[in-house]
Order: sequence, then C-alpha cells, then structure tokens
Amino acid sequence: MAEYSSMELRIIVAARELRDHESVLVGVGEPNLAANLAKKLQAPNLNMVYESGAIGSNPYRMPLSIGDPCLVTGAKSICSMYEQFAYYLQGGKIDVGFLGGAQIDKFGNINSTVIGAYNSPKVRLPGSGGACDIASNVKKIIIITPHEARRFVEKVDFRTSPGFVDGKAAWRHLKLQGGGPYAVVTDLCTMKFDEETGEMTLVSLHPGVKVEDVQKNTPWKLKVAAKVEQTPAPTEKEIATLRGIDPGKIYLR
Amino acid sequence: MDSVKTMSMKEAVSKYVKDGDLAYLAGFTHMIPFAAGHEIIRQKKRNLVLARATPDIIYDQMIAAGCAKKLIFSYAGNPGVGSLRCFRRATERPKPKEGQPAPTDWKPLEIEEYTHFGLSGRLFAGATNMPFLPMRSNIGSDLPANNPAIKTVKDPFTGDDVSVVPPLRPDVAVVHVQRADRNGNAHIWGITGEQKDAAFAAKKVILSAEEIVDESVIRSDPNRTLIPDFVVHAVVHEPWCAHPSYVQGYYDRDNEFYMQWDEVTKEHETTMKYMDEWVFGVEDRAEYMKKIPREKLDRLKFKPAVCTPVDFGTM
Repeated sequence: MAEYSSMELRIIVAARELRDHESVLVGVGEPNLAANLAKKLQAPNLNMVYESGAIGSNPYRMPLSIGDPCLVTGAKSICSMYEQFAYYLQGGKIDVGFLGGAQIDKFGNINSTVIGAYNSPKVRLPGSGGACDIASNVKKIIIITPHEARRFVEKVDFRTSPGFVDGKAAWRHLKLQGGGPYAVVTDLCTMKFDEETGEMTLVSLHPGVKVEDVQKNTPWKLKVAAKVEQTPAPTEKEIATLRGIDPGKIYLR
Repeated sequence: MDSVKTMSMKEAVSKYVKDGDLAYLAGFTHMIPFAAGHEIIRQKKRNLVLARATPDIIYDQMIAAGCAKKLIFSYAGNPGVGSLRCFRRATERPKPKEGQPAPTDWKPLEIEEYTHFGLSGRLFAGATNMPFLPMRSNIGSDLPANNPAIKTVKDPFTGDDVSVVPPLRPDVAVVHVQRADRNGNAHIWGITGEQKDAAFAAKKVILSAEEIVDESVIRSDPNRTLIPDFVVHAVVHEPWCAHPSYVQGYYDRDNEFYMQWDEVTKEHETTMKYMDEWVFGVEDRAEYMKKIPREKLDRLKFKPAVCTPVDFGTM
C-alpha cells in the first residue's frame, strides 16, 4: 500500500469533496493544495477564487501567500478587495469555502481570533481576515484541520466565523445566506453535520482508524452516524499528483 | 518643469503625515509602501491610528518602533508564514517572569477589529460618502460584541436584522503604484486590493510610483488609471518602494525576508537591532536598496508576460 503523511491524507480526502465547475474560495496552504489537486483530477473546470481578488487563477508555482503574483499572471480576472467580497462572495457566486482555525467546536464554529479573553488574550491570533465573510456566504464550508484535542473544543473561546452557532435552530434564525459547515476533514476521519441539530457527526473513518481513536482526540461525546463508512485509502495517482503540485515541499509534510 | 506635487518621500511624509493622524498605507500583499513606512519610523511620528486590512510586516515594524496608538485591522498575520510577533507582544497579556508576580501596569495596544469585508467596506463607504454600509456578515460572530463600531439595524424593506459598518476616512493614505505621471494619474495592475478605495476615502494622498511616465502614456490606456491626479497631493518617484512586498511585473515578493522576519522579531531587542541597521541606519530607500546584494535583486526580477494590446480607436 502507498505511503502518505497525515497532511497528504487530509488534503486528498478534502479534494475529493470538490466537484467539477464549482467555484471555490481558496486560502493558502492545505486548501490551495486540495483545490489544485481536485482541478488536476476530477474537477478540471474548478474555478479557483482567492480573497486577494484573483479569479480563475492558474498558478505557475506554489504560492506562499494568497496575494502571490503567480495567482495574477494568467488569471481570468482581477478585482479589488471590496469587489471580491461584494460581487463574488456576498453576490452568492462561491460554492465552497475552505476554512481552518485554532479552535473548532461541535457546531462547526471556528475561532481564529484569540485564545483566552478578548481584551487580555493568552494568545493573539491573526483574526478573521475573510473567514467570517466566507463562512456567512458560501454554500458549503469545508474545514481541514489536524485532529488534535486542543483544537476540538466543546465551545470556542471566540466565535470568529459562525458555524451552526448553538445549533441549527439558532442558526436559521440568523438568516445567513450561506449553507453553513458541510464537512470537517481531519487526519483521522471525515465529519459532517446533523441535518436537524447541526451537530458534528462522524461519518467516515480513514484507513486504520477506529471510532475510539477519534473520540480520544475529541473532548466531547462525539456523535457517530448510524452507519460509519470507510474512507478509501489515497491512491498512487492522488499521491503522485499532489506531490507534483508542491515539488519544493513549501507546504507538504 | 516638475509639478508642484513631485517630491521626495522624506518631504511627502514630513508634509502630509502628522502625529495623531489616522493613516492607511494601502496594498493587499501587493505594492505595500514599505519605503513610506520606514520614513514614518525615521521621522518618529507618534500616536498614529494605523489602519490596514492586513497590517503585514510594515505595521509590525511601525508598532515595534512606537509609532502606533491604535490599530484598525482585519487580519494581523504574517501572510504565508504565521504570526506578527511585534503585534502579538503589543496585544497579548504578558507572561509573568519566573518567581515574579504578574505585571500590573500592562497596557495593550488599542485595537479595532473587522472582517476583510467589513474593513474594505468601511473604505468603500468612506470613498463614496455613504452614511454606513450594510453587509451580510458579522451576524453570528463575536466580533460585533467586541467592536461597538459594528452595529445592527433593521432593514427597512424586510424588517430583518442587518449588520452595518461606518465609513472610514483616513487623514492620510499612502498608495504605491507601477507608474504615474507627475501629477499623480496612476496606472495599477495586478492585485488592486484597497488602493483606489483608500485614495478616494482619504483627506490627503501620498502616491509613490516605480516609474514616473509622461501623461501620454497614462492617456494611452485610461481604463488602467485607477487613481486620477485630482485626489493626489504628493507624487514620489520611489523605485523598489515595496520591497520586501512586490510589484507585479517589476519585482517578486521577497518570501525569504517574510520568513526571516519571524526570526528577527523573536525579541523586541532583536527587532530594534534590525530597525537600527535597515531603517535608522539609512537615509532613504535608495540607500536601503544598496545594502541588498545584487544577486538577490536579480532573483526577484520577473520574466516578461505582456498582455495583448487593446485598440481605443480614434478619428
């Protein structure tokens, strides 16, 4: 069986969630790798949009930042920062947004602002950037993250980007135009969200992982689907294609 | 004859940046006016309210140098690398030293925080003189509870709650561009970020350019003129102004420097050592550039990728 790292596994599984002709708002790092991988495999017409205002990028190298010049040369369109958020995101033109964060809770709320109290934080994180805007406006949010007990918390210290808030009933009341969190892809499993309650639910275990392994790294009693699927192992083709996208190993570990 | 607006960066900063000003140094990753930031540090401007969607290394430096009273921002990270350590030192509760009580006199840098849409929307509202800007974001986030400037109003048409942000009107904006004429008509291409919004929203505008070109060059391609001369107060010819940021078509982002900054800023003292050498230790951008090895600058040069010309037609 092919060897792969836990990061490669997360990226490959997340890439499988993208469909051809979708528009995806991409951040740097793992989301960028997942989107580029999907584009080379099942989604050649994937439209990659970056929050820097680059639309339909065709990068000639692995970008270090979302404002890299390689996202501009050969792109379909470039617009201003305000236009990107107003026309594309709020305009409802983006299907999928990738997000990550320091903390994620059981309703898919994400914290990328502070650990501790807002006014005297233990750790000051970068903040929302476009994350809250993306979470509020895309049809599907996909979260890619390592599965660590310190990242998964019952309640986030600060809700930077709303998931299903305190549950789907409260979320519906907010009338956000986006569809909310769709999937959480970790190195152990894929979780989706209960149709009724909006609670994170284990739906697929990655190769060799047991339910207990996931529970051990999730500090609340994790909801498990009636029928848990087995995630197909990454194929040789997926692994080779992914490594070809970041040959200098800028991000891949 | 030179236009009355053309001047050196030193003159422009001295004339148009005052202590206590709300300053917006524009550029989303692209064309960040580092030369202006360094000049502001050298002239020891104080109590500035620094606004930028992405404070980036430029504001990390200005915070470390003591120029800032307050920061208005939406993403305070080192793009593609991680943290801005000077910003973190200024905002995180200090850890008590071993065997000592926690410091009681700690005063964090004042902050005012938005989402990217919120802050770019504030500039748009400032530029277009709107009373406020409604937006489909913020609701459901903890940001409004921690920033009284983000308010909720009733949509008069549907009765739904809608989040609004106030206009932002900087006292001074600094915008770097690829090319401009001597009066400040500016051509910009690549990532345009909040350049135009900042220039139209601000009361005073310092515009710097990689190249100063004849007005006929600007008039040959008017769609590319995002900033017209009559909103510009100072025009500075400043090649390499944006290093270690980049200028599309001129020079690449110095990603190596962005990664090194993480190391340089491990301590306040090491940060100030950098500042002594690269900011206080030089007279201007030209001197700063002389300190960077030629091979490195050659590595940052792009190969050409020229667009197909368009025909405007004439009779």
